[in-house]
Amino acid sequence: MATYATTAVVTPRPRYRVLEDERWLAMALLLPTIVLLAMFIAYPFVKGILLSVTNTRVGVPGEFVGLANFYKIWNDSIFRSAVYNTFVYTGVTTVFKLGLGLWLALLLNRNFRGKTFTRAFILLPFIIPTVLSTFAWKWMFDPTFSVLNWMFWKLGLISSRINWLGDPDLAMLSVIIVNIWRGVPFFAISLLAGLQTINPDLHEAAAIDGAPPLKRFIYITWPLLLPVTMVVVLFSVIQTFADFQLVYVLTEGGPANSTHLFATYAYNLGIRTGLLSEGAAISLAMFPVLFLVVIFQLLYIRRVETR
Amino acid sequence: MIEGALWRKWVYFYVPLILFLIFLLFPFYWMMITTFRPDGELYRPWNAWNYTPFWTWNPTWAHIEYLFRETIFGTWLWNTMFIATISTMISLVCGVFAGYALSRLKFPFAGGLGTGIFVTYLVPQTLLFIPLADIIRDYRLGDTPWALILTYPTFLIPFCTWLMMGYFKAIPKELEECARIDGASRWKAMIYIILPVAVPGILSAGIFAFTLSWNVFIYALVFLSSPQEKTVPVGVVSELIRGDVFFWGPLMAGALLGSIPVAVVYSFFVEHYVSGLTGSVKG
Amino acid sequence: MAQVSIRQVNKKYDDFHAVKDVNLEIHDKEFLVLVGPSGCGKTTTLRMVAGLESITSGEILIGNTVVNELPPMDRDIAMVFQNYALYPHMSVFDNMAFGLKMRKFDKAEIAQRVKDAADILGIEQLLARKPRQLSGGQRQRVALGRAIVRHPQVFLFDEPLSNLDAKLRVQMRVELKKLHNRLGTTAIYVTHDQVEAMTLGDRVVVMKDGWVQQVGDPLELYNAPANRFVAGFIGSPAMNFAAVAVSERDGALWAENSGMRIKVPAAIAARMNSHRGRNATLGIRPEDIHLATPADPSDVCFDAVVEVVEQLGSEVLLDIKVGSDTMAAAVEPTLRAKIQEQLRLALNPARLHFFDAETETAI
Repeated sequence: MATYATTAVVTPRPRYRVLEDERWLAMALLLPTIVLLAMFIAYPFVKGILLSVTNTRVGVPGEFVGLANFYKIWNDSIFRSAVYNTFVYTGVTTVFKLGLGLWLALLLNRNFRGKTFTRAFILLPFIIPTVLSTFAWKWMFDPTFSVLNWMFWKLGLISSRINWLGDPDLAMLSVIIVNIWRGVPFFAISLLAGLQTINPDLHEAAAIDGAPPLKRFIYITWPLLLPVTMVVVLFSVIQTFADFQLVYVLTEGGPANSTHLFATYAYNLGIRTGLLSEGAAISLAMFPVLFLVVIFQLLYIRRVETR
Repeated sequence: MIEGALWRKWVYFYVPLILFLIFLLFPFYWMMITTFRPDGELYRPWNAWNYTPFWTWNPTWAHIEYLFRETIFGTWLWNTMFIATISTMISLVCGVFAGYALSRLKFPFAGGLGTGIFVTYLVPQTLLFIPLADIIRDYRLGDTPWALILTYPTFLIPFCTWLMMGYFKAIPKELEECARIDGASRWKAMIYIILPVAVPGILSAGIFAFTLSWNVFIYALVFLSSPQEKTVPVGVVSELIRGDVFFWGPLMAGALLGSIPVAVVYSFFVEHYVSGLTGSVKG
Repeated sequence: MAQVSIRQVNKKYDDFHAVKDVNLEIHDKEFLVLVGPSGCGKTTTLRMVAGLESITSGEILIGNTVVNELPPMDRDIAMVFQNYALYPHMSVFDNMAFGLKMRKFDKAEIAQRVKDAADILGIEQLLARKPRQLSGGQRQRVALGRAIVRHPQVFLFDEPLSNLDAKLRVQMRVELKKLHNRLGTTAIYVTHDQVEAMTLGDRVVVMKDGWVQQVGDPLELYNAPANRFVAGFIGSPAMNFAAVAVSERDGALWAENSGMRIKVPAAIAARMNSHRGRNATLGIRPEDIHLATPADPSDVCFDAVVEVVEQLGSEVLLDIKVGSDTMAAAVEPTLRAKIQEQLRLALNPARLHFFDAETETAI
């Protein structure tokens, strides 16, 4: 039965190939990423915190001033309105982007001729560099030459010009419109992908069971779409909250500081005016909100997944 | 699909779809038509009697000529293309390696590192640009393309990593095990087996990174100052606007021509772009 | 000499003890099958031989070499996976050539080996195709070809036929057997299908919960199972079990329960003595039950009520109720039985098995 081999048993000493070891290979593969991210994200982040607690200006190193900058910006009415603007901007655009994006996704979920082309074209607002397409909108908004004014005039809706970007009340609306325009494709295509993972048998079963389209949507489609929706909303909220390009091109924060966001005001104060520390403080003020948003989303996703 | 009457189809489907398409694509049409419209027609108030918005009978090249003659638009195009390509390649390499390591290798701190990389994606450029400006200056990278080539990957890599992780996870581990039994080291198994199978994912990540690179503005705005280093978005903003005067013709020409390279590259990889977008969202 | 020795091998994942004290000696040229339900540790054991899992304790030797520390590529083994693991971006030829390329064989040698393997398997005309253009059976052959070209010391098979449809599975079983006879390479084969185990294995190892239950050639396992698990696992339809009380009467041992009174045959009475006055489990295979004839003594007969009749053509499977137990009986195909009909059945006393009621080992 069990007679062990009588010839010599060889126990080889294996050639130690470093890269065979999972841990060394993983380190080697991750090294470039870690270095880049450490140098250009972690380090600036820390430096940003340091900047915000000193009173540095361009060319003038500063001394530690504790939270003075934060007090200063909190008492700055422009900053306060920027905070308010950013929340309004983010909230309103996200709601509309979600609603319109969902509608468009539902439309695209059918099979029709030219579907592939349509899908490709629809993404253009998202693909084309924001600055460039925003200029097109700025031109469309120009009070004297606006094609939108012409259209509304021809439709009999207005008799005098709409000063899209010059009127403090309308400017926010205009900025919001352009952001929605840019974001709808992203929402639509992502939600479309989510819709396509929903088994069509579910809809058919529900239809046979007697559920009308709206009920089918509420009870079947929407819950199954929720994970994708939350991820998309997460991405979008972060990007929108920290948005810069759109407002910079359209209004530079005006007129009369009515469209400033965190980012544009930080740019104005930090780079334009050279008050680096205060600019840094404004930028950093975004962080708590972003952090909370992320935590909230992650918890929600975890809860959905474990259900 | 559940069928209905023909008019229902038109009202509920075709009309909204067409409206959406008009809404989404009209600005590009406007961009295009402004580029070719002569100044005389361009600067007509909207309530003038001869305002013809949707077509022009006198197309002209004048604006495009102006663009290339009076500004160094060609240089900006080249800069942007160069920076975008190199950044994309760096990000792809880093993202593919990192994605592979995080999804297929076991090592301590794997979870922590993965979360760390994910978290950096949430630190937007507008939060970092002020201290980064200082750092760039300290490293003597200010006003060179390298300032951008090294900083763009900071937001491209997390995305590429995440995307590649999804693709790698879908590759059955038996393929790798078989390769290792066949005689390939881990490294060779990755190069010869895993990467070729993950090519669709790599293309998706690449095209997404490429389009994102073209879209960067604030870093380019803050780190570059001399006109010949500028990228298209920055150049168009700074050189085609003199004080309060907007040269709309050349501006739109710049916007149009600046959009075309991205759109062309995108058109070759639409499927990959879409699957990259949706892949990242489905996690 | 390509024997494989697995000595006192254990595998632990954190708290989970997957493989417990496995000792196996696999002889050169032997075709050994590891069989058992999912989670029994058979695949883990195979993977430890392959080098895809680390060995928590114990030794594995291939040939005369202790391979615990060697990476898979240095162990001179080849493995065939359940879902074939063909490289999708390479042609069949490249798939088969990959291992040789990695070991830096020259082109002529590679071409020759691939051709030889392709000829043996009958896939010469598929060499230029990609895996996605092949059927399941063809892919399986390519996976086999990839293993053959390496001329390894040991073949490892991880449930290679599970993904094939039933008819193809039978066909491939025969081909595998022929292949083994032709090549003579030592092979370790993992499956959950006891039919594959019985038909392919020179010896079969039955595993459960990480333990080896029994090692032996197929007939040994069928005729003399070491415990109740092996008895119930090997053979289809499965063996019937009934709880019985063992008592002595008239100088002989009897096993009885609510449905039957069976005399323990003299041949095994000696072993059963220790269980006098206690409970045991009686085991009898369905094929060892037949309709009682006048020639059958009454101490091997019992009454049963028919519950289900399954006509297979070659035999009739009856689900019967014996007292409070349900059993299966495979009887002559000529029987016309009706549900609720009462039958008198007899069992073959030479084929009786008894198992201890607590330890479940064979008595």
